Amino acid sequence: MHLSIAGGLPCRMCVLLFSNDKMAKLTIKRLSPEEEFPDLSQHNNHMAKVLTQDMYTKLRDRATPNGFTIDGVIQTGIDNPGHPFIMTVGCVAGDEETYEVFKELLDPIIEDRHGGYKPTDKHKTDLNPDNLKGGDDLDPNYVISSRVRTGRSIRGFCLPPHCSRGERRGVEKMSVEALDSLSGDLKGKYYALKNMTDAEQQQLIDDHFLFDKPVSPLLLASGMARDWPDGRGIWHNDTKTFLVWVNEEDHLRVISMQKGGNMKEVFNRFCTGLTKIETLFKDKGTSFMWNEHLGYVLTCPSNLGTGLRAGVHVKIPNMSKHAKFEEVLKRLRLQKRGTGGVDTAAVGGTFDISNADRLGFSEVELVQMVVDGVKLLVEMEKKLEKGQSIDDLMPAQK
Amino acid sequence: MLEAKCKTGQTDCITHRPIKKYRIFRFQSIVVECSTSAAIRLLHVSVMTANFCPHDLMYPDSADYPDLRKHNNCMASHLTPAIYAKLVDKATPNGYTLDQAIQTGVDNPGHPFIKTVGMVAGDEESYEVFADLLDPVIKERHNGYDPQTMTHPTDLDSSKLKSGKFDERYVLSSRVRTGRSIRGLSLPPACTRAERREVEKVVVDALAGLKGDLAGTYYSLTHMTDQEQQQLIDDHFLFDKPVSPLLTCSGMARDWPDARGIWHNNTKTFLIWINEEDHTRVISMEKGGNMKRVFDRFCTGLKEVERLIQEKGWEFMWNERLGYILTCPSNLGTGLRAGVHVNLPKLSKDPRFTKILDNLRLQKRGTGGVDTAAVGSTFDISNLDRLGQSEVQLVQTVVDGVNYLIECEKKLEKGQDIKIPPPVRK
Repeated sequence: MHLSIAGGLPCRMCVLLFSNDKMAKLTIKRLSPEEEFPDLSQHNNHMAKVLTQDMYTKLRDRATPNGFTIDGVIQTGIDNPGHPFIMTVGCVAGDEETYEVFKELLDPIIEDRHGGYKPTDKHKTDLNPDNLKGGDDLDPNYVISSRVRTGRSIRGFCLPPHCSRGERRGVEKMSVEALDSLSGDLKGKYYALKNMTDAEQQQLIDDHFLFDKPVSPLLLASGMARDWPDGRGIWHNDTKTFLVWVNEEDHLRVISMQKGGNMKEVFNRFCTGLTKIETLFKDKGTSFMWNEHLGYVLTCPSNLGTGLRAGVHVKIPNMSKHAKFEEVLKRLRLQKRGTGGVDTAAVGGTFDISNADRLGFSEVELVQMVVDGVKLLVEMEKKLEKGQSIDDLMPAQK
Repeated sequence: MLEAKCKTGQTDCITHRPIKKYRIFRFQSIVVECSTSAAIRLLHVSVMTANFCPHDLMYPDSADYPDLRKHNNCMASHLTPAIYAKLVDKATPNGYTLDQAIQTGVDNPGHPFIKTVGMVAGDEESYEVFADLLDPVIKERHNGYDPQTMTHPTDLDSSKLKSGKFDERYVLSSRVRTGRSIRGLSLPPACTRAERREVEKVVVDALAGLKGDLAGTYYSLTHMTDQEQQQLIDDHFLFDKPVSPLLTCSGMARDWPDARGIWHNNTKTFLIWINEEDHTRVISMEKGGNMKRVFDRFCTGLKEVERLIQEKGWEFMWNERLGYILTCPSNLGTGLRAGVHVNLPKLSKDPRFTKILDNLRLQKRGTGGVDTAAVGSTFDISNLDRLGQSEVQLVQTVVDGVNYLIECEKKLEKGQDIKIPPPVRK
């Protein structure tokens, strides 16, 4: 029988494995799962809703082949009881195997977070931009900018909460090699966070590209900011429309963006770039973490499937004050954020509007929802500007 | 056993080590002995073994060695690639590793003017298992104390303290603090929730047995009422979740505020913090200059708590080499900081002030604590040393030193000149 043991199992667990009489000698340390179970009485996140004593007891005896344990999975959810604007997930994956080894916890969380997605469901991947209808004509008087982002993980490496420095550097090295071989309008340059000159840093700040060490306790508590800024960096193409973050919350975050409302062009570049990068990785004998059930595998369960967030910054001061705004967004399967990102509120009627879903819909389907939905919101905004009603424009639930 | 073969065909790369096995190596010998059915029940049979292991993904120790070129802390000064390679595959019996111990020092490069320690202990055994790194760090931090050759004196007989009553026209308050760890339970960077709760239980049970002027009450951070919280804030007793990245990066703030709390006696002169940076921090303090009484209560209280935990079969972490064992290597030995808030308007402006303090083996801080600057001319003056001198010796140093400072202040008031004293030791 092949036994896979986690090297990360604390040695006292290994001592427990010797024999029963030695176990009896361990009277000082009482490691019962009841005593270890976290106090989640003040908590409001997906993990806290799902994790029971029985489940914890069962999962506590396991570890992934890389030594990631249940305590590693849930630490961020214990340390962060809730968030003012969103229901947080409260757990992370330390490696690809986390999603298998801790299925009992993660499947119900995934189901709750991703609109009823079942453990038996299959996820569709579609990165063919020709399948997108329209999207090149969002009104630039309202739509200020368009952006599509996703993440990718490199198979064989642990994820940011659990990776060693060597693995993180390995991810960086492989990614930079792949990105350096891109050509045409995708040709670009890598800026390692720890080697950046002041001038480069300033330019990246001015371009709104630079990411800094996370301050959100949601991220810090998972351990993903360890060893900052070692192994972290930003790559972007010369035209500044295709950007890759290396080793922030995920191995790679891939972003395509530009000013204006031509989402089609943004999505084209997104798909082309991603497909090219994937091919380059395959040539090197590696691949992205992906499976039929969960699609692309990322650190946070909320980003499974496509990991895709397609969005616009759009001026909708009237629409956003309308009583039915939330209802409309819900029906269109869209989400609003402030223009500073997930932890911000909107300023002056300009919102970040993006797809609410990640898993269970393909990339094309999600971008289509954004394109169609934003078009409708702009139409509604125009009507409200003229003092007209929007009742006849109310959409059906998608 | 998980087999991960290098693409070059070697199962036993001598220069490289596959990532998956890297984390398994040190436990291999234990696994081999496991043959009971209990063992098999406890192990999880992996359903997704990664069979992918290209040669260039294997990592020698040098690939994991941290980049410390911009760092200025004691860990960075002593962690050579050779020492890293020697220690990185080791773990304490609780599974605590070198990477965990140094994480705070990797994440916090330091400050050009303040040299932080840059590492912590996860348990008592850390100081043995990682001695190759900790001993030189300790030697640097503790003024040449060599843990390999020297022994640390412990002396909590406060009756030996001479003339510990200060002139209260100058000394506003007196305080002595230390820490204690419960043997057998991991330290805050590494403890599990159950261990932390066990520390709380053991200590709170013992404190409930204190009597007389030491009798008091425990306030758990999780369960305190708003009113209790306000009172503790007004008394300047309440501690909150640490914000300093020096502390949070070590993992000691996990699961906050679970099993954290504050105990104090009814007269508010003896206070214990539970599960903050250490298992316990013990503080004796009073307004005014009666350091003798503060130290008396400190010693009596500590010994009484020790007696009470021993009744239940527990003891404090202590050994001859390092004295009392605490999370941060800077607090080894006595873990003791005895200090006063003292008003020195003339002396503090004298250019010789710093040199006088140095020779007296004293340190100045602002009255807000270690990260603050002084306001006006009131300073927090305390002992510099922690290890290599006993508690009595260190408090005597503070008593003698502060008395000297007050004499200087009085002389300057009268227009007389002062002298820099000879160094009290070494």
